[in-house]
Amino acid sequence: MVEQQFLEQLKRAFAIAKKDLRIYYKRGPVVIFGLIMPLFLFLAFSIGRSMPMEQLFTGLLGMTIFFSSMSIGPAIVPFEARSGTLERLVSTPVSIWAIFIGDVTASFIYGLLISTVPVTIGLFLGVNITHFLILCSGIILAAFCFASFGILLSAYPPTDVPSTVMMISNLVKFPLIFISGVFIPIHGWGRIIASISPLTYFIDLVNYCIQGTSYYSVILDFAALTGFTLLFLIAAVKIHEKTLPERLH
Amino acid sequence: MESAIEVKDLAKNYGEITAVDHISFEVRKGEIFGFLGPNGAGKTTTIRILTGVIRPDSGTATIMGYNVLKEPLKAKQIISVVPEMANAYIDLTAWQNLMLIGELYGVPKKERQETARHLLKEFGLYERRNHLVRGFSKGMKQKLILCMALMTEPQVLFLDEPTSGLDVESARLIRDTIRRYNEDGTTVFLSTHNMQEANKLCDRIAIINYGKIATVDSPENLRMESSSLKSVEVSFNKPVLANELSKILNVTETKKIGDKIRLYTNKPHNVINSLMDYTRSKSLMIVSLNTLAPTLEDVFIKLTKEHGKD
Ligand SMILES: Nc1ncnc2c1ncn2[C@@H]1O[C@H](COP(=O)(O)OP(=O)(O)OP(=O)(O)O)[C@@H](O)[C@H]1O
Ligand SMILES: [Mg+2]
Repeated sequence: MVEQQFLEQLKRAFAIAKKDLRIYYKRGPVVIFGLIMPLFLFLAFSIGRSMPMEQLFTGLLGMTIFFSSMSIGPAIVPFEARSGTLERLVSTPVSIWAIFIGDVTASFIYGLLISTVPVTIGLFLGVNITHFLILCSGIILAAFCFASFGILLSAYPPTDVPSTVMMISNLVKFPLIFISGVFIPIHGWGRIIASISPLTYFIDLVNYCIQGTSYYSVILDFAALTGFTLLFLIAAVKIHEKTLPERLH
Repeated sequence: MESAIEVKDLAKNYGEITAVDHISFEVRKGEIFGFLGPNGAGKTTTIRILTGVIRPDSGTATIMGYNVLKEPLKAKQIISVVPEMANAYIDLTAWQNLMLIGELYGVPKKERQETARHLLKEFGLYERRNHLVRGFSKGMKQKLILCMALMTEPQVLFLDEPTSGLDVESARLIRDTIRRYNEDGTTVFLSTHNMQEANKLCDRIAIINYGKIATVDSPENLRMESSSLKSVEVSFNKPVLANELSKILNVTETKKIGDKIRLYTNKPHNVINSLMDYTRSKSLMIVSLNTLAPTLEDVFIKLTKEHGKD
């Protein structure tokens, strides 16, 4: 009975995800932050430096997943609060957690779809992916992790101005890129700072799948990503549940 | 279980403002219940609490026996809402909006599609079903929002001023739909500030103002109670004493308002005839003459005065 209800709520969460994908991924800023931004940063880092192909690929993949999975998530809830559709959603028989799982799912699917672009480019350019299955699992996990993170970023403060949330999320995103060793391998005690970023573990995992060497063990990379995912997901749902009444004011 | 909605001691404050002030009432199964009050009375706040959008500060509410605070999903499953603010997804088509709502209520796919087709045809939106709602007029949006509420067969249907701002024909279509669903057994909770609308539709009406319910009664009884609040307003070319006019038959009270005199009566027609006779006998001329229906505010004040006593 309880399981059945849970599954039913999950189904409704997917309906919400479908709606999100239809609405939000047609928008300009989404394309910018999902595709153009990673490419831009990629060029900024790589032009004029002789980096091995493998390292370039790792950087491009890491950034693309990071940006695309988080591109619209932070704006969904403020936007819906503002347009009055959030009130409509809350009056339907869908649990609050299911609404947010739906939003996370939409971000996740988008991140996953976009990540096929750098992977395809890499394959074309002849990047040798030794552990393809591990890479795929890593991409899936990372996309879900960053999608949860994106929804978490809009939980507090409960503003209904999408641009405010976008600003906050950019303030968080860019430092993370720099401490995670996306383009420049990190040594020494930079590693300690790097260890607080989920992106670090994904980059490490990609290094393992391509170059065969990694700083952490594969198991630890997966464990860390899973831990971050659970943390973000639970925090996102809990904090949103708390701040939702203020949005519906 | 006789009542569809049971509200006990419900209260909600917004900072200093008391939006809903410890109200209690009951809506019977199968009736159309009107929630009548002026702007800012607390209608929307009450509906938002009953439909599980906001939490009250105190009090309880049950819908078909489900406590809206303790079993919100069960309560929400059997109700539908036409909220005050138009809020379909403007970046989705009419069809996608209806499918989304159907999915959120767990309506099976085939049934979803059939119901949507049927509703869109009925409301004249079928040809526009694949257009984005962004391009819809206010009336079309409001009809779509009603369609969204009817995607399930709700046991209780909440409508927050569903006809405000619509033309006569659209308003009638919406009223007819409400009546028809009610005949098929749906309990209806309707908020409005339009007395005529409440009279035409409702079995019983609650009059609410300043967050308080003054009375709950049938339209007929309310009309009787408030009929003495009708008035005729007249002005003459020469000054006339208000006292003089209070002698006219059927006038219950007179009041001087600027250069006009207001005569309260439950028979405005007779009073106008008497006024004509009066002007002729005194060789006066009428400069202006108006009949005034009681305002909600009048009715409310009268009722709160009376009901405050007991
Ligand atoms: N979110 C809010 N924040 C602050 N005050 C609010 C809020 N919502 C309602 N109020 C106040 O509560 C009171 C009741 O408002 P409500 O919207 O329930 O009235 P209403 O009867 O629906 O009026 P209308 O006919 O204008 O729709 C008003 O004084 C309003 O200013
Ligand atoms: Mg209102």
